[in-house]
Amino acid sequence: MLHDIWHGIEHVFIEQSLVAAFAVVGGLILVSNLAAKRLTNGRVHGSAIAIVLGLVLAYFGGLYTGGKKGVADIPALAGIGLMGGAMLRDFAIVATAFEVDVIEARRAGLLGVLALALGTILPFIVGTLTAVAFGYHDAVSITTIGAGAITYIVGPVTGAAIGADSTVMALSIATGVTKAVMVMVGTPLVAKLIGLDNPRSAMAYGGLMGTVSGVAGGLAATDPKLVPYGALTATFHTGIGCLVGPSIFFLTVRALVG
Amino acid sequence: MIVLGVGLLATCTLIGVYLGDLLGIALGVKANVGGVGIAMILLIAARVWLDRRGRLSKGVKFGVEFWAGMYIPIVVAMAAQQNVVAALTGGPIVIIAAVGSLVLCFGAVAILSRFGGRSALGPEAAHAGSVIEGEADDIAAAPVGHNTARREG
Repeated sequence: MLHDIWHGIEHVFIEQSLVAAFAVVGGLILVSNLAAKRLTNGRVHGSAIAIVLGLVLAYFGGLYTGGKKGVADIPALAGIGLMGGAMLRDFAIVATAFEVDVIEARRAGLLGVLALALGTILPFIVGTLTAVAFGYHDAVSITTIGAGAITYIVGPVTGAAIGADSTVMALSIATGVTKAVMVMVGTPLVAKLIGLDNPRSAMAYGGLMGTVSGVAGGLAATDPKLVPYGALTATFHTGIGCLVGPSIFFLTVRALVG
Repeated sequence: MIVLGVGLLATCTLIGVYLGDLLGIALGVKANVGGVGIAMILLIAARVWLDRRGRLSKGVKFGVEFWAGMYIPIVVAMAAQQNVVAALTGGPIVIIAAVGSLVLCFGAVAILSRFGGRSALGPEAAHAGSVIEGEADDIAAAPVGHNTARREG
């Protein structure tokens, strides 16, 4: 009997996947807002708690299913995959642009370009140095791991273009994913320290952090009104990384390590 | 009409992503280059254009701002489908590369935001914040457009 009821609920969740995702995420945010109010006295943003909670669920979902898509690999929660997938994510990010202060965004344009350049070069250098320190000596592996430190898309795109082997690719993707997760969790913690409280610094932040999912999550957890400014620069980051990774960066690394 | 706002948003997104794909092909990159950013710029331009002609109706605004308000829930759903297991079991090389680049980039944000100087946020930004945070009252109560002198006919 109990099993039948459970089976029926599961069936509804599978059939109504996107609607079920709205209900589940709504519940998650409700709980997070209550926790933010009651447990932290409003010091921590409700959305920051919700994002961390989402990551924790993704961890257990991943352990349970052995898949790569967190809770979205559980059939009854597959709608989370659609709701939080690239299509609706980009749609919502574009919608936030409706709230952009055009004058501010234009004034910070040059700063954004500078941030994009630094945000591509700095992580790449850190990634390549780490790879060398851990005993990688060939230009292809070093470049692929370095590119993974830019974002988890730049890593595999670069690796595929220059012919890296699959273990190095996996390492490169893992580096990018770890960075994205850390950006989501770390941003609200350091926001004050790095002056992330106005459109200009948000545009610098978007260009430097790059990873769209990291920036989207990090700014949502810190201060929602800064979201469009950060997203505006971050969206160019992956493309630029994919442009320079297999070309300029690879050639430079190859020239250095021979 | 609300659907006109949603349609405008969708059209801007499609055009932006398409142009981003073209830019990627032109640069010889296997990725979309700035598609979302281009879409955002298109939407900003559309808002300014509609506002000037007095065509930025409450419905159109609501259609777009509803999706801006869904931003955080969508990000939460996105967080729930990350490959966190891979991130936590990647080993020292992954952790060191990720933490190292993170610390360096946070530092660079601190330096750049000092260079850029602080910009003040007006009441419009407060409205933007509450829309993206998903406060519906604010959307409904918001003044329609910045241009109050509306052209008729």
